[in-house]
Amino acid sequence: MSPLKRIAYFFGLPILLIALWYALSFGSTNFFVPKPIELAQTLWTTWIGERFVDDVLPSLGRLAVGLFFAIGLGIVLGLLIGSTRWLRNLLEPLLEFFRAIPPPVLVPLLMLLIGVNDSMKVAVIISGAIWPVLLNTVEGVRAVDSVLSDSCRSYGIRGFARIRYFVLPAVTPQIMAGVRQSLSIGLILMVISEMFASSSGLGFTIVQFQRNFAIPEMWSGIVVLGLIGLGLAIIFQFVERRVLHWYHGLKEITHDS
Amino acid sequence: MRNQRSAAAGPKAKALGLGIGGIILFFLIWEATPRLGLVSDRYLPPASEVLGRLGQYLTEAAFWKDVADTMTSWALGLVIATVAAIVVGLIIGSSRFLRRATHTTIEFLRPIPSVALIPLAVLIFGTSIESTLLLVVYASFWQVLLQLLYGIADVDAVANDTAKSYGLGPLARVRYVIWPTALPYLMTGLRLAAAVALILAITAELIIGTPGLGKQIALTQSGGAISSMYALVLATGMIGVLINLGARIIEKRVLSWHPSVRGEVVL
Repeated sequence: MSPLKRIAYFFGLPILLIALWYALSFGSTNFFVPKPIELAQTLWTTWIGERFVDDVLPSLGRLAVGLFFAIGLGIVLGLLIGSTRWLRNLLEPLLEFFRAIPPPVLVPLLMLLIGVNDSMKVAVIISGAIWPVLLNTVEGVRAVDSVLSDSCRSYGIRGFARIRYFVLPAVTPQIMAGVRQSLSIGLILMVISEMFASSSGLGFTIVQFQRNFAIPEMWSGIVVLGLIGLGLAIIFQFVERRVLHWYHGLKEITHDS
Repeated sequence: MRNQRSAAAGPKAKALGLGIGGIILFFLIWEATPRLGLVSDRYLPPASEVLGRLGQYLTEAAFWKDVADTMTSWALGLVIATVAAIVVGLIIGSSRFLRRATHTTIEFLRPIPSVALIPLAVLIFGTSIESTLLLVVYASFWQVLLQLLYGIADVDAVANDTAKSYGLGPLARVRYVIWPTALPYLMTGLRLAAAVALILAITAELIIGTPGLGKQIALTQSGGAISSMYALVLATGMIGVLINLGARIIEKRVLSWHPSVRGEVVL
């Protein structure tokens, strides 16, 4: 495909949609729908500067810390539970139950146990985002190739080396699949924890705009959240390609043959 | 075959026993933590008290009304999202041009967290059920659509060409070539969407205050009825488990004909 065509495909529909939005909102005085230019201006004036430092950065910080612990703990516990059969059998139904609890209901619960502060919000993110990673890791460890596992054993590879060079690489595709789900759950919980109980942060600010009928500002907040989601997706894709390049390569080869 | 099964029954029963043991152990630890004073029972009531409250809830009509409200918005949202995603997915998936042209737009809209729409929902619909529906539909739509698009991309080109040369029209090809290939993916998408829809339904009730279990949780929390709050959280977990189990059973039923035993979802 020629580069020109590729660019046309890439930007074609988005440009068309924005043009349509522009045309439809041109003459309208609808209070709820801002005009594109107005929105872009609001986006700039509302979020760049003080508010970025006061509201956006702390939110992102909590999200990062929460996700870091959720993914780290998820992998470590998942490896532990996955490789010990009795532990897995003991905990599996319980973990299924915890995963099934809709994470937002943990917000009032953790508010009670921890209080309204940063650690509560981080705890909310961890308690919701850990399950996809944890359960995927357990599932992955259980499904490792038994021939490879036996080979490792007969070569005397055990303990840390076994985990580092055999289990972890074998499970990475599953872990990454879990991480992907964790990212979106973490973002949702970041917003909810701030909407429910907070006096700062992105979620709080957006709800505040809505209560004050600051409609363009509210829309711009939605756009900021969308951009954060998009940013996370892009970072994830980059990391996944790095970490799993061998896996995608392998899949291509097996598909071709 | 029969020998295998009876041989497998032993460890299976043992695993089940251990699993039940794990749950009992969890409740024992929960019971002991406030009783020993590790956490104040004002914040964490003993398990027996919460379970008692849950039992009491099960006899109350108001509780079942809340469950019905939550499940109604869940089911309605899921159906709307699925139908919309199937229609859109089949249209986009049927043409290379559309698939390419919509790619960026989908990749941009999909990661927008559905909770970002909460203020919009409040503004337009207030605390009526439509608010919940907006969030549920938005969140589950992408789950189904993306899986369906993966599925359609997976259609065997030779099979499709063969169908074409045998004179199958576009509709017949959708029915006999594309649909069977995409169905496993669609079921995966549905299973994921079912879980996400519950999360969003409860979230909307919790934050916006549309009627349902989530609203009740927020009310009990602010009213200081702590054991009631824990009981309701347990109830939502049970609903979640039932939905997950139900989705898996339906998936197995619908795909019983499918030759390959698909590995767990990669998403």
